[in-house]
Amino acid sequence: MTSPPNGAGVGLLEEEAPPAPTIALGLRGSRRRRRRSAHQPGRPLTTPGHRGPAIGLGMVVLYMSIIVLIPLSAVVWTSMEDGLGGFWHAVTRPEAWSSLKLTIVASLLVAFINLIMGTATAWLLVRDKLPGRAVLDTLIDLPFALPTIVAGLALLSIYGTNSPVGLNLAYARSGVVVALLFVTLPFVVRTVQPVLLELDREMEEAAASLGASPTKIFLRIILPNIVPAMAAGTALAFARAMSEFGSTVLISGNLPFKTQVASVHIFNQLESDNVTGAAAVATVLLLVSLAVLLGLDLLQRWAARRG
Amino acid sequence: MVRTGLRISVLVYLTMLLVLPVGIIFVRTFENGIGPVIDALSTAAAMHAFQITVVVSFYAVLANTLFGVTAAILLVRYRFPGKRILNALIDLPLAVSPVIVGLALVLVYGRTTGTGKALAGIGINIIFSIPGMVMATAFVSIPLVVRAVGPVLEEIGDDQEQAATTLGAGPVQTFLRVTLPSIRGALAYGVVLALARSLGEYGAVAVVSGRLVGRTQTVTLLVQERYQNFDQQTAYACAVLLVLTAVLALLISQALRPKELKS
Amino acid sequence: MEFRTGRRRIALVAAGVTAALSLAACASTGGSDAASGDGKAKTVNLSLVAYSTPQAAYEKIIAAFQKTPAGKNVKFTQSYGASGDQSRAVESGLPADYVSFSLETDMTRLTKAGLVAADWNSDEYKGMVTDSVVSIVTRKGNPKQIKTFEDLTKKGVDVITPNPFSSGSARWNIMGIYGAETQSGKSEAQATAVLTKVLRNVSVQDESARAALQTFTGGKGDVLIGYENEAIFAKQNGQDIDYVVPDKTLLIENPAAITSNSKHPKEAKAFLDFVHTPEAQKIFAQNGYRPVVKDADTAGQDFPTPSGLFTIQDLGGWDAVATKYFDIDKGIVTEIERSLGVSVEKK
Repeated sequence: MTSPPNGAGVGLLEEEAPPAPTIALGLRGSRRRRRRSAHQPGRPLTTPGHRGPAIGLGMVVLYMSIIVLIPLSAVVWTSMEDGLGGFWHAVTRPEAWSSLKLTIVASLLVAFINLIMGTATAWLLVRDKLPGRAVLDTLIDLPFALPTIVAGLALLSIYGTNSPVGLNLAYARSGVVVALLFVTLPFVVRTVQPVLLELDREMEEAAASLGASPTKIFLRIILPNIVPAMAAGTALAFARAMSEFGSTVLISGNLPFKTQVASVHIFNQLESDNVTGAAAVATVLLLVSLAVLLGLDLLQRWAARRG
Repeated sequence: MVRTGLRISVLVYLTMLLVLPVGIIFVRTFENGIGPVIDALSTAAAMHAFQITVVVSFYAVLANTLFGVTAAILLVRYRFPGKRILNALIDLPLAVSPVIVGLALVLVYGRTTGTGKALAGIGINIIFSIPGMVMATAFVSIPLVVRAVGPVLEEIGDDQEQAATTLGAGPVQTFLRVTLPSIRGALAYGVVLALARSLGEYGAVAVVSGRLVGRTQTVTLLVQERYQNFDQQTAYACAVLLVLTAVLALLISQALRPKELKS
Repeated sequence: MEFRTGRRRIALVAAGVTAALSLAACASTGGSDAASGDGKAKTVNLSLVAYSTPQAAYEKIIAAFQKTPAGKNVKFTQSYGASGDQSRAVESGLPADYVSFSLETDMTRLTKAGLVAADWNSDEYKGMVTDSVVSIVTRKGNPKQIKTFEDLTKKGVDVITPNPFSSGSARWNIMGIYGAETQSGKSEAQATAVLTKVLRNVSVQDESARAALQTFTGGKGDVLIGYENEAIFAKQNGQDIDYVVPDKTLLIENPAAITSNSKHPKEAKAFLDFVHTPEAQKIFAQNGYRPVVKDADTAGQDFPTPSGLFTIQDLGGWDAVATKYFDIDKGIVTEIERSLGVSVEKK
């Protein structure tokens, strides 16, 4: 008797003849429904007799509260200690404003670049038969594992004054962008890659046999399936770029009004015993990130609906 | 044509942003041979730091994996009030500057706060101790497992799960026998990513650790301290150690993934 | 079959990982137990929290202290980091018996929080344990012939100095430049102009003094404004640099004290006293610091006495200076940075 279907072993199992009735039978044929209506709203949380999912939600919310929500609320609360006037003053202080502008613009740029290049990289790692891509695959997570100071040093060695590739991007805004690209590199790649691996090739093969060009196949069949993953990864990349501290300082020169990012400004305020001001700028970063995250979510739903 | 263009642009991008920086770290580490690297890593400070990093990362990744899988299933398969807000809030921790992460945790769990004092009364010290470091590390990597698993859950659809339920399986059984095997690959990627992030975190952990030499000094903190004392060799050696740990984790996870995906 | 094998594989790996982690956890707790449980006499554990630059010195001083009768059964937990960060950590509850900072404002923070007695600086050394001076670090041979802070205003001189708002310690540098002008009779307006010109020549503002030193030794910049002890430390670590002590410069004084909530005040006081002995002061000197104890052995270091040496007291004391020059809205240095920034932003 054959074993129950292993969810990921699609390709292999589908080539076998369907076996005698097992729990697997009815599932193999209709294993993957193609583009069902965009976002299924999902099952209700509590069904009679099954409280598991509700308990799960409770635990999730509890975890988020203890680790994230309560501490962040404390920060937002602290930022209000001087009232709304004080909050506004802290945020419109010339150094704060300048650093916020630089950070937001750089993060948006970096998120966009990651969207394109991250998806392309995931494609290369999954679909392309390039020799040595297994090696590249092991390298992708490394920007995360490196302490920021080492990352900054490495980038400075390559893109600094004595650049071996002749590219001097240090001590300028371009340095900030390079540092941010480095620390956000794995995000889109690692969210899109698993989805590409899961994609069922049936539709693509059918379309190809009907004469559709690779571009059309990509745009009409593959892309809609990976848009959620692309959006998820881009959101992460944006959020991460907003908060990066260490590596940008090393490669950008950290000059106020020129290359100083919001995180460094926040640090300066804390060092000057201005906790309220620091919390205020941090709160603005949070609000902007929340807005962009919600925006990306909406964009993704809209794209999915258009199918 | 498109394929060559794609190949070239991605390879150039990865070379410039990944291969060269990581490569130069290896070059710098081993430029005096492997002996000094082994010496640097055998010092008491380095070994202590590595133990602390492993312990902190393990708990943080474990917590985030349990959280991540649960949250991904809830967000993709179920509906409930506040779902969109929860979804957006999950990514938010990444946008918090590391010093603010530390500040936030100290504000709530510090030794001078009500919560901190109450916990200290029963013997649990959060800030300036391992639990606080675990919280800070978990904080900065919260979305990683969720966002690796979520899109795949969405992609494969819930047909199998629905069939299993129809045939009489309970939620737990469905999860263990149907859902979990189907997300194994994505889960592996997510866990490795979360581990890499936990290994390399510096800023947030620095604030809540108290920097106690031999007690709460992680490898990243040691790297910072060694570098500042002109001991580049140890700093780079430790960085390479972290990198190799992340690579090892990835290789282990690939061994666990179904064979068909390793092509 | 494949399913079960897969499960077994996972189980094996999980078992292996758990085993490895248990070993790691046991090893670390085992280690610390062995360290503290050995002596028959009551072992006292003192917690030393200091800024980062004297780490090498304190490690040796601790070892020397433990050889004395007063220090025989004293073990130390050490913590080193940026001066402001360490001060804030102690304020938020980091246990400490002996604290040592780069500048007085970090100590004042603790007296205000009630963690350090208000009379910490009423001894003969005014609470200080080491001195240094603001100096100019140059490339080997001083190719640009820099002798004073005013030379840093010249066009084409690339200056490195840490950001005075990221690092309290960086403020010594700024006040050194400013004070050198006012102490030689120039007006405040003239001093501000000189400081502005110097800051205009700054190409990198790292977050700490040590980071700035690293930037300089990494090849960036012509000149670094730093402390003499940092320059000596760099030279001892084989860096190819020289340094100049200008005639008119600021005396850097680093405070240390015991905390008022220390569980072992006797032993902590014994350590503080030891830090003032010639033996400990000599160790500091070996690491580039100027001893505070008169006629102490300078271990062969050359500590020139500048003719125009002045102190922060001559400039009004740290509290007044912090408000007048570094207030985040109205400070003189804040204004300078803004005026420089506006000209940059318009580009």
